[in-house]
Order: sequence, then structure tokens, then C-alpha cells
Amino acid sequence: MNKSLKRLDLIFKNEHDADVILEKSLKRSNEELIEDLISSGLKGRGGAGFPTGLKWKLSAEATGKEKYVICNADEGEPGTFKDREILSSVPHKVMAGMAICARIIGSQKGYIYLRGEYKFLVPQLNKTIDEFHELLDKLNLDFRIEIFLGCGAYICGEETSLFESMEGHRGEPRNKPPFPTDAGYKGGPTVINNVETLAHTYSIFKYGPEKFKDLGVKDSRGSKVFSVSGDTPTPGIYELEFGMTLQKFVDDFGDGDAKAVQVGGAAGFCVPRKKFDKTVIGYKGKLTGVSLPTGGSMMIFNSSRSMYNVLHNYLDFFVEESCGQCTPCRVGTQQLLLGIEAVKRGDKSSLYLEQLLSLAETMRITAKCGLGQSVANSFSSIVENFREEMIY
Amino acid sequence: MLQTNETIKKLADKFGRKEESLLPILENVYEQKHIISEDDMVDIARELDISAAKVYGTATFYSFLETKKCGKYVIRICKTITCMMHGKNQIIKELEELLKVNLGETTPDGLFTLKETNCLGQCHKGPAMLINDAPFTELTPGKVRDIVNKYRQEEKQVAS
Repeated sequence: MNKSLKRLDLIFKNEHDADVILEKSLKRSNEELIEDLISSGLKGRGGAGFPTGLKWKLSAEATGKEKYVICNADEGEPGTFKDREILSSVPHKVMAGMAICARIIGSQKGYIYLRGEYKFLVPQLNKTIDEFHELLDKLNLDFRIEIFLGCGAYICGEETSLFESMEGHRGEPRNKPPFPTDAGYKGGPTVINNVETLAHTYSIFKYGPEKFKDLGVKDSRGSKVFSVSGDTPTPGIYELEFGMTLQKFVDDFGDGDAKAVQVGGAAGFCVPRKKFDKTVIGYKGKLTGVSLPTGGSMMIFNSSRSMYNVLHNYLDFFVEESCGQCTPCRVGTQQLLLGIEAVKRGDKSSLYLEQLLSLAETMRITAKCGLGQSVANSFSSIVENFREEMIY
Repeated sequence: MLQTNETIKKLADKFGRKEESLLPILENVYEQKHIISEDDMVDIARELDISAAKVYGTATFYSFLETKKCGKYVIRICKTITCMMHGKNQIIKELEELLKVNLGETTPDGLFTLKETNCLGQCHKGPAMLINDAPFTELTPGKVRDIVNKYRQEEKQVAS
């Protein structure tokens, strides 16, 4: 097979120079560092795509006694496993990013919120943290990192429910605003970044924003770590450039029979074969065709798969993981699941799918957080593109 | 009862008597006792000076904090999409036969509890499961038998 997509090696290259980069960066002014981040065009790699430089700048400007830097390692999106790999192979890059952020915003305390499913990483991570603290002492930076362990709740990847959970509450999202940059953990200004985002900041401070900007396309700069799974002969973790079409991706990773790709996990979009060449992977921007952001989850389905089963599995997931706080999400997810089951059994006419689609749209508008709002992404894209599979 | 207070007092000493310590304390109570009982919740509430309802609310929210007695080893099989595509049902069937329990149940000797869970983040190596904290990937029925036997043998050695 012709491997047409360029493989990159920025994130996972083990460079053993976190100390040098950290020392070099700490000698520069906060303004210079933020300027580098902003001009690099780095956007959050968790999937939402908020500009990282701006996030740091807002937190730096916010007033508050205690500020926090939090690394979001609550990687719960189905089909995503890159953060586990980053934290196990290059944790020092992530910590260097956290420490530089701490200096910029004026924080003494950082946390890695690690999902409970990754508890087996804790001993190794704690060892790295201890070594890193020694380095910080040498550099005279008053900053400490601690691991906070999640307990098996997908919703805690949502930043405000992550704070709630750290504060000892149920992991129920807060209203926004206030945004975390103003009032996050314990009400203090908080920078919360995805694991991969922090690792990228290290690369930007090392190589400069230009090198990062050379990769990718307009509005979607840099490289991205993708988690590839499903019907593929080569499942695994790959660092690729933004801006590829889904067709190119499938040519590289598919098994030759791909009928759909789920981009961005259960909360993402399902793209059918006929739209592969028109779909570009990147953040929403001025790209031609349809562009899809992604936290990196790419699940490939071949023609032997029933898309009804796929959707059923996603909805089952959402029913369990909905925190239950707001009605549109709590009731909506259950009704969507019951609804497609009823259509499949023949208890409801196929026209009922229209009502379910409009329920999903209502959830997009009315649900409190990203979980409830994004159920419509996978629901509508699967039902609209694979309607006959929902009915027969 | 005195025993209970001792465990929780120690944990409160370790993590601090503040609300932010609630999750770590609950997690440690579960790890030590394989259950977070209502009595323990009341004692935690007393130590942290918060309401027992609050502790109950938090404890019952998180799927890894069990408020019903579990076995010494909790086996959690990933049921999310790619693990399903790669045959997690076959793995569950094998485990049910091996342990002679159904999903959600604990073996009479109190050793294993069998459960399903949502995405474990091992999608490229499905089917996957956790036994307590330890991940096992690319499972086959044969592999599962070996793993369970290993755990059983270790238990026998400890007992003798």
C-alpha cells in the first residue's frame, strides 16, 4: 500500500532535554513566551480547540490569590488512547509545559487529573514527578505537581466537572461563564490543558513557533496525535499533520473496505464513504469542504459492521455516562436509545426517526455541557447517512 | 466500629480534613475494604465535617467507587465499540463459565467480581479488561483462562 501521509515524530521523540528547554524558557519574559504560543497557532488538543496561548494569557491577567495549572488526563472518549502513551513515554515534556505555564500565570500548584482506568501509570509517573521537582528546585521555581486520580467517570473530562470532582463533589458540570481562566479549581484562575497540548507547548518553546506553524493548514496548525482503531490492519498511535482528507487517511489506515469513519469518538461525527474525499481533518475554519475537529479518535468501520450496532453502543455509553444533572441529556439519551430500539423492532414507524433527530437537535441547544450537546453529532450523522440500517 | 474509625481517621490524617480530600479518601476506603459502606460514609462525613448525604452523593456518582461488596479482584471488561467489535462478548462468556457467575456477580469465595465498564483507553488492543488496576489487552478465551488461573494460584500460595 502506498503510504502517502507523512508520519511525524515531534511528540514521542525522546529528547532528554526537558531541563535545558525549561531553563532556557524560564529566562525569557512571560510576554515573549505567550507571544510564541499565540503566533504558533496551537489549539487545544482535547477536541474543543481553544487557542492555548490565549488561555494562558487570560489566566495570567486574571486576579486571584491561588492559581492552578491542571493537566487533563481524563481521557475517556471512546477510541482515544494517545494521552496514556504520551504520559508513559514522554511525561517530562508535559511537566515542562506545566511548569512554564505556572511561571507565566503565577501558579505554585499543578495537578495531573489521571483517569482511574490509568491508575497503573501512577508509580512511574510519581517517580518522574519527584525527579522533576528536584529540577524545579535547582531552577528556583516554586511549583509542585500532584496526581489526582479520577474514579471512572467520563464526564469528568469536561473541565468544570473535573474541578467539581477534585473539590469532592459529584462530577456535575458548572455553568459557564465564569470560565476556568477566571474561576476554575477552588475558584482560582486555572489553566486546564489536555496532555497532548502541554507536550506541544514544549516543542514550540524548543523549536520556536515557526516550525510548528509550518505544519498543518490555515486555522489548524501543527501536528496531531491520532488514535487509530477499529477495522484497520494497523491500529495504534500516529502523529500526522492537520489538513488531510479522510480519503487519504482511509487509504493509509483502512483495510480496503472502509464504509465509515467515526471522527472524534462517540461525541464526534460519523463520515460515510461517499464523503471521505470532501472531509478534511482540522478545526473549523476557512477550509474548503467540511472540516472536522477531533481529539484524535479515529475509528474505522468496514462493510461487515452494522451501523445500528455502532450507534446503539454509543447511546448505551451516553446513557451511562450522562451525569444526570440536566433533563435534556438525562432523559434525551435514554429516549434516543429506546427510540432506535423501537424503530428496529418495528414498534415505531421509520418516520419516528425524524422525531428522534429533532430531539437530538434539541439536546444540542439545551443541554448544559458538551456531553449532552454532542450526542447529536454521532446520532444525526449515523441516522442520516445510514438510515436503512436503522430500520431494517 | 472502632476499627472503622481507625481506618478513616488515618486516611483523614493523610489527606487532610477538607472537602478536596473526599475522593482520595473514598478511593482508599474502597481499596482497603472492597466496599464503601454507609457506616463508613457517616464516619467520613464526621471526620471532614460535611453532611453524610454529601458523602453518599459523591460516593454513588463514580463507577469505580463501589457501595456494594465486591470481590478482592474486580474484573472490568471494556464494552465500548472497538472492544465489542473485537469480540468482548466471547471474553465475557468465557469468564462467566470460568468463574461460574454472571455479569455483576461475585464468586462465592469472594475472590472475583465480574463487571462491564466503558472505554478503558486500550482500543487498539481490544478486547481489553482491568483486574483491579492492572490492564490486560488483546484477550482471547485461552489468555483469559491463563490470567484467571494465575490469580487463583497466587491466592492459594498466599493462603498456604
